[in-house]
Amino acid sequence: MPAGTLRVSGLNAGYGRTVIVEEVDLLVPAGQRLSIIGRNGMGKTTLLATLMGLTTHHSGTIEIDGASIEKASATRRAAAGLGYVPQTRDVFKTLTVEENLVSGLKGHPKSNIERAYEMFPRLKERRRNLGWQLSGGEQQMLATARALLGEPSILLLDEPLEGLAPVICQELTAAFGELAASGKMTIILVEQHVKNALAFADEVLVMERGRIVWSGPSRVIAEDTSLIDKYVGVSSLH
Amino acid sequence: MTAITSTRTALPARHGLRDAVGAGVILAVGIGCHYLFPNSLSFLTMILSVSLLVMSLDLVTGVSGVATLGHAVLYGAGAYAAGIASVNGISDPLLLLLIGSLAGLLAGIVSGALILKGHGLPQLVISIALVQLGYEGVNKASAVTGGSDGLAGLSIGPLFGLYQFDLWGRTAFWLALAIVVVVAVLLRILARSPFGMLCKGIRQDPVRVRAMGASSYVTLLKMYAISGVVAGLGGALQAVSTQVVGLDSITFTASAEALVMLIVGGTGTIFGALLGTFVFMWFEHAVSAANPFHWLILVGILLIVVVLFAPRGIYGLGMRLFERKDG
Repeated sequence: MPAGTLRVSGLNAGYGRTVIVEEVDLLVPAGQRLSIIGRNGMGKTTLLATLMGLTTHHSGTIEIDGASIEKASATRRAAAGLGYVPQTRDVFKTLTVEENLVSGLKGHPKSNIERAYEMFPRLKERRRNLGWQLSGGEQQMLATARALLGEPSILLLDEPLEGLAPVICQELTAAFGELAASGKMTIILVEQHVKNALAFADEVLVMERGRIVWSGPSRVIAEDTSLIDKYVGVSSLH
Repeated sequence: MTAITSTRTALPARHGLRDAVGAGVILAVGIGCHYLFPNSLSFLTMILSVSLLVMSLDLVTGVSGVATLGHAVLYGAGAYAAGIASVNGISDPLLLLLIGSLAGLLAGIVSGALILKGHGLPQLVISIALVQLGYEGVNKASAVTGGSDGLAGLSIGPLFGLYQFDLWGRTAFWLALAIVVVVAVLLRILARSPFGMLCKGIRQDPVRVRAMGASSYVTLLKMYAISGVVAGLGGALQAVSTQVVGLDSITFTASAEALVMLIVGGTGTIFGALLGTFVFMWFEHAVSAANPFHWLILVGILLIVVVLFAPRGIYGLGMRLFERKDG
């Protein structure tokens, strides 16, 4: 599946009656790397979950390559090309690494597992270990690899580097960069580490209280520390 | 970070070998029983047909985590469909097994569609209600089902046009043994397929599966349908082998006993379901013959011992000992 284009217009969503994401408009062209940054509790995770169909949709449209998906179930959205790696590193703790990967095949060829192992060789070494026996970084690799098995055209990554050792962060960031460089998918990354987020992305969105308050090229915000101080916090780049 | 750096094998990868060994053991035990207990072939065939019910229950409960106490409704559907077809002129045993499987499929889809709407205790209640409804429905429709008298007068033709279903139950036994071996291996392959792994994922956390973009309900409904085919096949096998279908094939008690057999053998492994059926029914048969007044006490003690000392069932205990010995 080639990289997909995501278009969101006037999106309002949340949990039940509570609206968390408000009036979000965004356009992510095919193959773009987009980072979403912002302080904790500003709606970044809810926005990704909303794109995946895991929250209550109130109004607005979501389109992948021109096809409207805002009413579709998570299953249909996955079939339309969305891949999602949630913040909670959702690996199945009592299944082995290989079984976790097999569970994510959903009709795709088994050879995809070998490709996942090429991207994350560490997982191949651990293929017979259970999910709970993996480190946080390995769980993150596994969750990402499992999402990739479905050959998504748009990959949503929710704070994949949170709480990981610097060496693992580097390994994962390199893998994400490799994925983006392949041009086969559009990647939307929610990230607390502003430095990582800016280094990864072409474009950046800043969210505050469920709304997008700034958007533009990552180099612009990287060069203007006052913007970062204003929206994210003084020490975020260090 | 607490990485476990060893490459300890948590679950052995030699699945194919295990399947082959398991199939070999089932065949060897079956052949051994045939020659050691030639007068008990009908009872052994009954064990084999009930084992299909218990294996089908393992698919939905052990593999997929669905709580049910009404699985006998699928078994009964297969038994009555085959029985009714037989009294209405269909005598080919393989065709009757197919009819029973299809009836099980239909019952699996209908009951699965309802049971899967609930979770936890409501799920159990719906399953119990379904088996009670099935029981009452069959009882009331006595013109077709024979009601509480059971459905008799089944006429079963020879298998492949060659092997008559004799009084000693030899043909039925070999047929049942062949079916059980094939079904057990197929279900093990199913359980470790991408679909089976997804079901195991749902058992662990349906929300995670949703985030993966899979539908828990649809996936489990498919598993319920497959489970229905297997249970229906078991029921039809019972009808073909005994040539009578009774209300006891569609009771809450039969459902609860199937769950007990599954727990005795071990959940989620398929072979455990088969082992549990064999051990439980054989034990029940032996102790009820030895002590017709207090045998239920002994059955109760067996269950307590298994649950306390082998919480993963007899098969799970055996595998643990084997893996320990294997290093």
